[in-house]
Amino acid sequence: MTSDIVVNVKKKRITDILANGKRTDGRGLTEYREIQIESGVIERAEGSARVRLGKTEILVGVKVGTGTPFADVPDKGVLTVNAELVPLASPDFEPGPPGEKAVELARVVDRGIRESKAIDLEKLCLESGKLVFVVFVDVYVLNHDGNLIDASTMAALAALLNTKMFKYTVKEGAIVKKPGYNPLPIVNYPVSVTFAKIGNKLILDTGLDEEQVMDARLTMTMDKDGNICAMQKGGGSGYFTKEEIFDAAKIALKKTAELRKLVVKG
Amino acid sequence: MKTTKNKTKKEREKMTTKKTQKLIDKKGIRLDGRKLDELRPVKMQVGVLPNADGSAYLEQGRNKILVGVYGPKEAHPRHIARQDRAVIQCRYHMAPFSVDERKSPAPSRRDVELSKVIREALEPAVFLEYYPRTSIQVYIEILQADGGTRCAGITAAALALADAGIPMRDLVVACAAGKADGKIALDLMDTEDKVGDADVPVAFMPNLNAITLLQMDGNLSIDEFETAVNMALEGCKKLYVHQKEALKSKYITVEEAKEE
Repeated sequence: MTSDIVVNVKKKRITDILANGKRTDGRGLTEYREIQIESGVIERAEGSARVRLGKTEILVGVKVGTGTPFADVPDKGVLTVNAELVPLASPDFEPGPPGEKAVELARVVDRGIRESKAIDLEKLCLESGKLVFVVFVDVYVLNHDGNLIDASTMAALAALLNTKMFKYTVKEGAIVKKPGYNPLPIVNYPVSVTFAKIGNKLILDTGLDEEQVMDARLTMTMDKDGNICAMQKGGGSGYFTKEEIFDAAKIALKKTAELRKLVVKG
Repeated sequence: MKTTKNKTKKEREKMTTKKTQKLIDKKGIRLDGRKLDELRPVKMQVGVLPNADGSAYLEQGRNKILVGVYGPKEAHPRHIARQDRAVIQCRYHMAPFSVDERKSPAPSRRDVELSKVIREALEPAVFLEYYPRTSIQVYIEILQADGGTRCAGITAAALALADAGIPMRDLVVACAAGKADGKIALDLMDTEDKVGDADVPVAFMPNLNAITLLQMDGNLSIDEFETAVNMALEGCKKLYVHQKEALKSKYITVEEAKEE
């Protein structure tokens, strides 16, 4: 952890530059860093994607297994999202079970996929009440240079779109694989944008420096119809005003549509 | 894994509870007789725990919440201490008997997330810079849950912090609005939350016009979202009156006792 004193010095510099409508790396306030998306990078996984957002790098692997459905929704598959802040990704990450940052990251990504009903879980039922597909989405942070949430949401969506499921038949409650693959039934495309408030400015896609000095953070996830499906305020001891939040929602609508085009091709 | 289960449990109930169940009737009256923009009955009391530096008890509908605050005191473990301010350590915890199906007392992933967002909702209110290298501990116990416990927990925690005499910029007060049966409604109770379409918890410092917690899950258009936030803020303002009353009443009772 960078010392509090260094952070305070940084904060002054970043805030001063922002006051003139600029950022330390020359970007506009709502401008994202360069985004690179590569799909199918892990052959062993049913689906995978690597997203680079500037120097932030996220790898998402999707594994599809089978399991029993939850008793009250016997006809639906199961979605599980987990996030690992791998120690090689940052001097601030340590080995061990997921801390609150990792848990929050996983749950914000999960909320976007779940609430937008991105996966048609009804199609993942093999035998009602007994056997369904379980989709494991594992978010692996490989390099932390800020804005893990947006990079992870994009990587998770890209990996889900890339996920292939083997063809199968069900015989006596067990799966028999058949040759060939089908895509995972993805019916919505949740994309998030995360605002940071520094001084009285709202900016998008924070770098690590900006994240260390931000007063507060606000993530908005929108679905393909421009409806909001998840939201999370966090980070730092600051706050937002109602007006700032409503303005942010309008920016988010535009920006998520732009980002969605990068992830969902054609 | 446990939380995924918890979260999905809510999800499951959402899906299985018959959509035909009417949450709001034609006149806009809800299952418990409330109007769309009406809060549940609330009860707040401070100074309820003798050992804690500050404490509060809150009931909102069938929610029963107890908060104890300790500190500022030496930060443990040492590495969490900050050179220029106090840290808040916050634990949101549900009692095993607080819900229909026994909840394991071990912290779920939901609990971990809520502890974090509640802490971040309280931090902006406290003059942390007055107490460098110390820790303020906020323990929130949900004794009975009936929907909207994170908000009720924040409202009670702010009271407990104030009761502990910790200098604050304002009280933090929280309330949720959501969407049920296609209508935006205030302060969702358990059934409305589970069967409903969306939930927007908001925490607010009324005197500073500052929103310190905002989450959302479900599906809302931008217009519906704005309506929900406005409604939640109105709810916060009403609860704020109760909060101030609760703080005052502790001292008013003491004075009356002296006069006798």
